Amino acid sequence: MAVIDDIPAQSAQDTERAEATRRKINAVAVPLGTAAALLACWQIGVRVFGVPNYIAPAPSDVAVTLVQEFPLLMQNFWPTLYESLLGFAVGNLAAVLIAVAFVHNRVVERAFFPIAVFVNTIPILAIAPILVLIFGAGLTAKVVIAALICFFPTLVNMVRGLQSVSPQALELARILSASKAEVFWKIRLPSSLPYLFSALKIAATTCVIGAIVGEWVGADRGLGALIIDATFNFRSALLYATVFLSSGLSVLMFATVSIVERLVVRW
Amino acid sequence: MTLVQPLTTPAPEAGHAPAAAILRNASVRFGTFTAIQDLSLEIEAGAFYTILGPSGCGKSTMLRLVSDLIPAASGEVEIFGKSTEEARLAREFAFVFQDATLLPWRSALQNVELPLEIGRKRGIEIKTSDRSPRELLELVGLKGREDALPHELSGGMRQRVAIARALVCQPRLLLMDEPFGALDEMTRDHLNLQLLQIWEETGTTILFVTHSIPEAVFLGQKVLMLQAHPGRLREVVEIDLPFPRAIKQRETPEFMRYAAYLRELLETC
Ligand SMILES: Nc1ncnc2c1ncn2[C@@H]1O[C@H](COP(=O)(O)OP(=O)(O)OP(=O)(O)O)[C@@H](O)[C@H]1O
Ligand SMILES: [Mg+2]
Repeated sequence: MAVIDDIPAQSAQDTERAEATRRKINAVAVPLGTAAALLACWQIGVRVFGVPNYIAPAPSDVAVTLVQEFPLLMQNFWPTLYESLLGFAVGNLAAVLIAVAFVHNRVVERAFFPIAVFVNTIPILAIAPILVLIFGAGLTAKVVIAALICFFPTLVNMVRGLQSVSPQALELARILSASKAEVFWKIRLPSSLPYLFSALKIAATTCVIGAIVGEWVGADRGLGALIIDATFNFRSALLYATVFLSSGLSVLMFATVSIVERLVVRW
Repeated sequence: MTLVQPLTTPAPEAGHAPAAAILRNASVRFGTFTAIQDLSLEIEAGAFYTILGPSGCGKSTMLRLVSDLIPAASGEVEIFGKSTEEARLAREFAFVFQDATLLPWRSALQNVELPLEIGRKRGIEIKTSDRSPRELLELVGLKGREDALPHELSGGMRQRVAIARALVCQPRLLLMDEPFGALDEMTRDHLNLQLLQIWEETGTTILFVTHSIPEAVFLGQKVLMLQAHPGRLREVVEIDLPFPRAIKQRETPEFMRYAAYLRELLETC
């Protein structure tokens, strides 16, 4: 009796679950299918029109290079990853600290914010050679360029985040006779986290750009250097493979920040 | 009246019970605008006051003056014989705002614990309620939701968390600015009854601002009617209805008489 009663409920639940699973599969399958179709078009186009390999390699050539030149690619991947991570850390840390100073001291903000805006308006490609001249062709210049490219969006977002506290929450703090430090640690800083993370997601991809631009200007290692090298030697398949790996690095950084965000910002 | 005095209430000094709050010719100005002028008033300890008045007459300003959020331009305000600043530092009063003002990243329980954390590192001695934060959540009917984040709670539940938070330092004066203004009728009735129960159990003094005449009559022992331009006291109306109050009292002729009287008074303010 009970078994018979259970059947309709069970099957209703099953169809619901099947529906949810299908929606999840669709969410992944549709973009993947589109990408596969585009790759196929590219492959066929290159072959049908007989495009020379050094102008545009077929995806299959790129894939082969990706496997064959894997040691070379990896050898250049690590320095770029390292520079990106360091730049990310330095740039964002500086931005957060300066944002805290801005929020606590209006004079500091008035003095330095216009300078920050000005530095931000200089194209990174124009400032990169200057920084390489100053810091030399080593690691420092790349880290500084990567840090600089992260800095401004994080600064602006963090200032906004720290100021996003509702006046009511500040009145509550006042009624509890909270000190400035308590207001900062217990109210302002947590309030700013959603803003900080949206900036960090931007920085996660731009710091890679910064590191690569730094390597273009002067380096013999790294994905940026490999891009330049492959271009001048007409090794298009290698160039494409390097570009593929660069965006892979960006995606990796972005995904990591997104996962951390989901763990930290639960409200 | 069934006002139960808690054992923790300090013995009255010098023979008579000190007033919860005394305002003497207190005025508040915003620039050249006078929001409150020469307000004189004595708030009896342990009583439930509701405050009515036309919009913009200075009800919120009066609570903000009492809670040391804004200074008096002239006159004085005394809370349990202390200045407003001393009273604030001693956590004599707590404030419940119209929106719950919970910290969204803290659970219900952690929000209630917030007042206990503030000042602890600086070695400030914090008065605490006999009830733990958990028990206070139970008192406001939120047992089992301690770990819920504010966005997982309804508006009424959030406001109850705010009330529990206000009680955690055992304030002798509870200031409430339209705390149930944004809630639906049913929830409001329910919370009104709960608030009366809390008031009787804790023996705290309550100043409760509302826009609703029935709510003012239902909750209050005394209704302070304020008048606008500039804000001042129009009349203190004693509500002589028996406690404990029940929802169905609102249909009695006495209740309606009070409501009608206050409505008329409000129209001429
Ligand atoms: N910070 C401020 N600066 C300037 N004027 C203010 C400020 N706060 C309040 N006022 C003015 O003081 C008067 C009283 O304001 P208050 O908020 O106390 O009114 P209220 O009685 O609480 O009104 P409501 O019932 O609409 O909440 C209003 O005219 C308002 O414009
Ligand atoms: Mg108001």
